[in-house]
Amino acid sequence: MKAFARLYDALDETTSTSEKVAALAAYFRAAPPRDAAWAVHFLSGRRPKRLVGTGRLRAWAAEEAGVPEWLFEESYAAVGDLAETISLLLPENPASGDQPLSWWVEQRLLPLRGQDEAAQKLEMLQAWRELGRRERYVWTKLITGSFRVGASARLVVRALAEVSGVDEGTITHRLMGAWEPSPEFFEQLLAPDTRDADVGRPYPFYLAYQLEREPASLGEAGDWQAEWKWDGIRSQLVRRAGRTFLWSRGEELLSGRFPEVEEAAALLPDGTVLDGELLPWSGASPLPFAELQRRIGRKAVSRKILREVPVVLVAYDLLEEGAQDLRGRPLAERRERLARLLAGTSSGGRLVLSPAVEAAEWTGIVAARARAREMGAEGLMLKRRSSSYGVGRRRGDWWKWKVDPLSVDAVLMYAQPGSGRRAGLYTDYTFGVWDGDRLVPFAKAYSGLSDEEIRMVDAFVRRHTLEKFGPVRTVKPELVFELAFEGIQRSTRHKSGIAVRFPRIARWRVDKRAEEADTLEQVRSLLDAGPAAGAVPGPGTS
Amino acid sequence: MDRAVVTHAHRDHVAWGCGAYLAAAPGVEVLRRRLDPAARIRGVPYGEAVDMGGVRVSLHPAGHILGSAQVRLEHEGEIWVVSGDYKTEPDPTCTPFEPVRCHTFITECTFGLPIYRWPAAGGVLADIHAWWRANQLAGKTTLLFGYALGKAQRLIAGLDPAVGPILTHGAVERMTAAYREAGVPLPATTHVAASDRATWKRAIVVAPPSTDGSAWARRFGAQATALASGWMAVRGARRRSAVDRGFVISDHVDWPHLLEAIAQTGAERVWATHGYTGVLERWLREHGMDALAIETRYEGERDDAAAEAEEAPPS
Ligand SMILES: [Zn+2]
Ligand SMILES: [Zn+2]
Repeated sequence: MKAFARLYDALDETTSTSEKVAALAAYFRAAPPRDAAWAVHFLSGRRPKRLVGTGRLRAWAAEEAGVPEWLFEESYAAVGDLAETISLLLPENPASGDQPLSWWVEQRLLPLRGQDEAAQKLEMLQAWRELGRRERYVWTKLITGSFRVGASARLVVRALAEVSGVDEGTITHRLMGAWEPSPEFFEQLLAPDTRDADVGRPYPFYLAYQLEREPASLGEAGDWQAEWKWDGIRSQLVRRAGRTFLWSRGEELLSGRFPEVEEAAALLPDGTVLDGELLPWSGASPLPFAELQRRIGRKAVSRKILREVPVVLVAYDLLEEGAQDLRGRPLAERRERLARLLAGTSSGGRLVLSPAVEAAEWTGIVAARARAREMGAEGLMLKRRSSSYGVGRRRGDWWKWKVDPLSVDAVLMYAQPGSGRRAGLYTDYTFGVWDGDRLVPFAKAYSGLSDEEIRMVDAFVRRHTLEKFGPVRTVKPELVFELAFEGIQRSTRHKSGIAVRFPRIARWRVDKRAEEADTLEQVRSLLDAGPAAGAVPGPGTS
Repeated sequence: MDRAVVTHAHRDHVAWGCGAYLAAAPGVEVLRRRLDPAARIRGVPYGEAVDMGGVRVSLHPAGHILGSAQVRLEHEGEIWVVSGDYKTEPDPTCTPFEPVRCHTFITECTFGLPIYRWPAAGGVLADIHAWWRANQLAGKTTLLFGYALGKAQRLIAGLDPAVGPILTHGAVERMTAAYREAGVPLPATTHVAASDRATWKRAIVVAPPSTDGSAWARRFGAQATALASGWMAVRGARRRSAVDRGFVISDHVDWPHLLEAIAQTGAERVWATHGYTGVLERWLREHGMDALAIETRYEGERDDAAAEAEEAPPS
């Protein structure tokens, strides 16, 4: 446990990606596989279900620390994190033994589930007494299930690749979907034999950066495939061993949510994997994204909603055919095979080939992009016909070319109450983008949301305040908003190094997780693309 | 105001333009640098009483910074003590805190919450040196931020010049010189402006917190930054301050020592000011004491950053 707590601190103490990877790699090299498996489990964002209510934790910790409830609450308000408050308040312990992380998880943490309150209390007090301050903090973090540390899943992958010599793509692939944190799993994770068997496992998604230059700079138009960039749920449909697995980009298994698509998928031969977009569809065009939101998050799908919001999979790519991994083959070949496969499947229009934008010259492609909004698309995707299907976000072969280049998906970091009509509601927001694993404040925006959305955000702010600082609340980084703005330029007065002109909230990206928001690097890349901005109003965004 | 009794030279405890100032003798030079050089300052040794309109006034060590004092007021057998800022931990750069018995104790409570319990300074200094060495190995200049007056000198006193050169920001160097003049032994320091660039990668630079991220700090290129402050006990405060490391080292009392200091005065009445006043008031009342939270005209010492920004050269 000490080694894991030290790792936690090391990750917390540096903002440098390479230092984080080095700390992770050092831990994975030294840790017993059973510990390492649990570390991967927690660090990649998996968390134990809430084991003990926070109300009980507070009461027991206050009792153990000898502080009355009101003083515990004052302390919590100053710290902003329950596990940290508890670790700071409990009496110091003389150094005690050091059991491994896996022992703490398997012998002490998991058994809490199903115990009665008295047994849980005894167990928690005992654990707090046995652990030093840092270990106690990490342990309590695990119990409260709010385990977030300055390391993204991507850094964990990089460190594991460094330790094992296996490429990052394979590691990412092995970490997708469901697995048990066992020593066997960890050994398999690092195994040099990269033929993996897990039947439902998807491939890592290949993602594109926004194109910030003139498309002509990409070379010959004929070398590129242009298609619409749809705004739905990017998904992989895996058909193997007679079963269908529908995955979202966030590695969430969507099976059961879109029965019409799964029904059609059953017609595909075994050993087929499609990459595509789940879209609400009517005739030859998509319905608005808001319609799809009516289907998101619904586990039980009624006949009525199925009729009102029929969903199809618009297929972009064929990653596997005849149980053969096609990702290394050129896109042109994959596309041809995909077209043939779908033409031979009577899916009743539920599996649709993503329509290509036919144009021999860039002028035609530029004209098509201008029509994207009418098509119900966000813009175009430009993919090099000779490209393979890569892993993660890469530059070079695939570009998204959205209609409004000056927009950024950012995470809500701070909120403060507005004035006038909206006094008392949290309507003034500061948004951040990712710089490595930390959020950097990037722009302030005053609403732009509907009244209903404002109420929802306001409720979120009140329930998820991490820290209060005068009227400003630091909120849990969870909500993602698309910000639009008129201009962007470098600024030495802002922490992000960037100032934007007239930022506003274009919409609430309820479909995105905080980790999927844009990075500072992506925002910087807009610097060269945006229309020349005039003077940007002074500080205020950082 | 005609006459002012000064507990110490931090901005939030000194008003400009008073007719005459009374301060503890060891702090006179430091105070003069914070005031008009022509200001009328009278220094009195700790413990020596001065009569002010029938009130016996004496100053007693507060252990906060050089020359910091508690003010003891005695009138017709009734004794009041105003603590000013204080700490009870040992600090080689100033006279140790001395408990003073009184009827009414007016105490600061900057860190008046039980989450604040300071680790031993020796361990923290060892951590600072380990971090400094690691930065040297990584080819980074080490920037250690602390208030220019008090904290900076306490840090410098604890630094080992054998590890590398100790460089200072102008505001720190000025106050460090005042400490030396007052006879506080400190290791050799070099003002950054007078330093050899070639030494920067091995050096530790002691500077005010307000210089973090400034043009002044950027000159060092690849750098590792840390803030030395009691606030660093909380991770969120460290993240908000955007430094790489936070070292928990404070010139104020922590919670257990605050309660201990109050008990040692034997006071029957306590007024809480400067910090978590409401918390302290309620705690003391629940423990059977007569306590009151009082407002001051001062904003409170969240930090001295604003004051130090004035002293930092324009960036
Ligand atoms: Zn002070
Ligand atoms: Zn103060």
